[in-house]
Amino acid sequence: MRALQSHVTTIGTLVAGIVLVGIVPFAVAPFTLADLTLYAAMAILAMSLGFIWGFGGILSFGQSVFFGVGGYTYAIVALNFDSPSLALLAAIAVAVTGALLLGYFIFWGRLSDVYLAVITLTISLIFFMLMNSMSSSIYRIGDVPIGGYNGIPGIPPLVVPGTDRSLSVAETYVLVVTVALLVYLGLSWLIRTKFGRILCSIKENEVRAELLGYDARLYKLAAFAVGAAIAGMAGALFAVYSGLINPDVFGIGFSAQIIVWVMLGGLGTLIGPALGAVLIQMLVVWLGKVQVIDANMALGVLFIVAVLLVPAGLVPRLQGLLAVAFGNLARSRP
Amino acid sequence: MTVLLETSRLIRRYGGVTAVDGVDFTLNEGELRCLIGPNGAGKSTFFKMLCGLVPPSSGAIKIRNDDVTGMRPHEIASRGVGIKTQVPSLFDGLTVRESVEVAAMRRLTPSAACDIADETLGHLNLKGIANRIVGQLSHGQRQWTELAMVLSTDPKIVLLDEPVAGMTHDEVNRTEDLLKHINTTRTVIVVEHDMQFVKRIATKVTVFHHGRILIEDDVDRVLADSRVRDVYLGKSGLRYA
Repeated sequence: MRALQSHVTTIGTLVAGIVLVGIVPFAVAPFTLADLTLYAAMAILAMSLGFIWGFGGILSFGQSVFFGVGGYTYAIVALNFDSPSLALLAAIAVAVTGALLLGYFIFWGRLSDVYLAVITLTISLIFFMLMNSMSSSIYRIGDVPIGGYNGIPGIPPLVVPGTDRSLSVAETYVLVVTVALLVYLGLSWLIRTKFGRILCSIKENEVRAELLGYDARLYKLAAFAVGAAIAGMAGALFAVYSGLINPDVFGIGFSAQIIVWVMLGGLGTLIGPALGAVLIQMLVVWLGKVQVIDANMALGVLFIVAVLLVPAGLVPRLQGLLAVAFGNLARSRP
Repeated sequence: MTVLLETSRLIRRYGGVTAVDGVDFTLNEGELRCLIGPNGAGKSTFFKMLCGLVPPSSGAIKIRNDDVTGMRPHEIASRGVGIKTQVPSLFDGLTVRESVEVAAMRRLTPSAACDIADETLGHLNLKGIANRIVGQLSHGQRQWTELAMVLSTDPKIVLLDEPVAGMTHDEVNRTEDLLKHINTTRTVIVVEHDMQFVKRIATKVTVFHHGRILIEDDVDRVLADSRVRDVYLGKSGLRYA
C-alpha cells in the first residue's frame, strides 16, 4: 500500500510538473506568471507548516518568523556579497539555526502545545516590532540598512549559475514551481521513512512513543528544523519574487493566514496546505482587484464557513468523497 | 539468581500525600511477579516510577545494577523495560499493523520491523484486525494491541498494569496462556485486582498497602494471610473499598 501511495505521489507530481513547468510558462502572460510565482512560494511555506503541524503535531505560529528571517537574510547577504546563490543557502541556514535554538528551549522545556503556539506567536510579534523600529540609518548590517517599516528594497534576483545573467520572470517561475514540487516530493518521502513514521506516532501519542524508547524531543526538534529550512527557503524565494522584504511578513495577520491555509486545505496532508495557500492567495489578489470587501474580513468569513462545512479541510473531504465513490479506496497520505 | 530490577527506599510524594513510601523491591531474572493491593496502595505510582513516567522523590531504581533513577521513559525503555498501561496508551490514528511496526522500529530497520510485526500479530491472533484503525477497536482489542506493541520491542522486563481488565472469560484465558509464554523468555511484573487470575499465573506475590510493601511471599501463603484479607475486606481494607 505504501509503495502504491509512493507511486501515485511521484506520478501525480510528475504530471503536475509537466503541466506547470512545461506548458504554463508558454501559455500565460508574464504578469500572471509573476502571480503564480507568488502562489508557489506561499505553497512552499504552507507545506512547511503542514508538515510540522499535520505530521509532527507542532502548531507553530512562528513559520512566518522563519519565512521572514529567510527573506531578510537573503536580502542582506545578496546585497552585501552580490551572491544570490550564497544568499539562498544563508537564508536556509539562519532559519534552521533559529529553529534549533528556539526548538531546544521549547521541546526540552517540555512546553505544552498551547504554550508552544503562544510563544511562537509572541516571537513573531517581537520580530514585527523590532524590525519596524529599525528605521534609522544606524541600523544596518554591512552596507544594507534594515529600513524599519519600509523594509529592504532592491533585492537582486537569482542569477543563472556561472553567469551574471538574472533569471527572467518565466525562469523564476519555473525555478520556484520546481522547488515547490521538490519540497512536496521530499516531504512525501520523508513522511514514509522511519523518521517520518516515528514522528507521526509521536503526534498520535507522545507518551506512548517515549515508553517505546523514542526521544520525542529529538524527533520534534528535527521536524521543526526541517519546517524552518523550508519556510526560510520560501521566504528567500518570496524576496526574489517581490524584490522587497518588509516587517509585514512577521505580522499577526500573515502568521494567522498560514494557519488558515493549512486548515482550509486539510491538516494531515501536504497537498492540502499547498492548495489552501494557492486558493486563498488567488482570492486575496482577486479581492484586491475588485475592491468589494476587505480581504482580511473575507478570509475570516471563509475560515468560519470552512470550519463549519469542511472541518477536516478540502483535501481530506475530497478523499472521503472519492473513497465513497470508488468503494474502499485506500487512504492516501499525503 | 540474577537480580534484574531493584529499588531501594523508593519514595514518591504528591504534595502532602506519600503515594509510595520507602519501597525496597527486588525482582530476579525470569520471575513472574504479581503486585496486588487495594486502590490507592501505590502500585500504579510504583509502576510509573519504574518506567520513568514519574520521577521518584527519593530512593533509587536499578536495572541490572545500572542506576536508572530519574531517567526519562525512552532511556529506561531502551534498557529493556516495556509497559502496558492500565488504560491502553495507543496511536489511535494508526492501524494496528502500523502501530506494531513503529514499536519494532526502535531496534530494527523498517523491513525487519514489518516481519516482526507480522510474527507478533500472528502470535497474538491480531492479523484479522491488522489493518483496522486503533481508535476504532474495542477495549479488549486495544489491550492486546498495546501488548503486541510492547512485545515487538523485545523487552527484558514486561510491566503489565491490569492486563485482563474489561476482558471476556475467553480473553482472560488467552491472556493467561500468553503471559506464561512471555515469561519463558522474559521477566514479568503484573499489577492485577482479579485474585483468581493472580492465583492462576503467579508464584510470588507482593502486596502493597499505604504505599509500602505489606507482605511478599508465595501466592498461596499471601492469599491465606490474615493481614491481606484485612487489607482487602476487613478492618483497614474497608477504607479502600
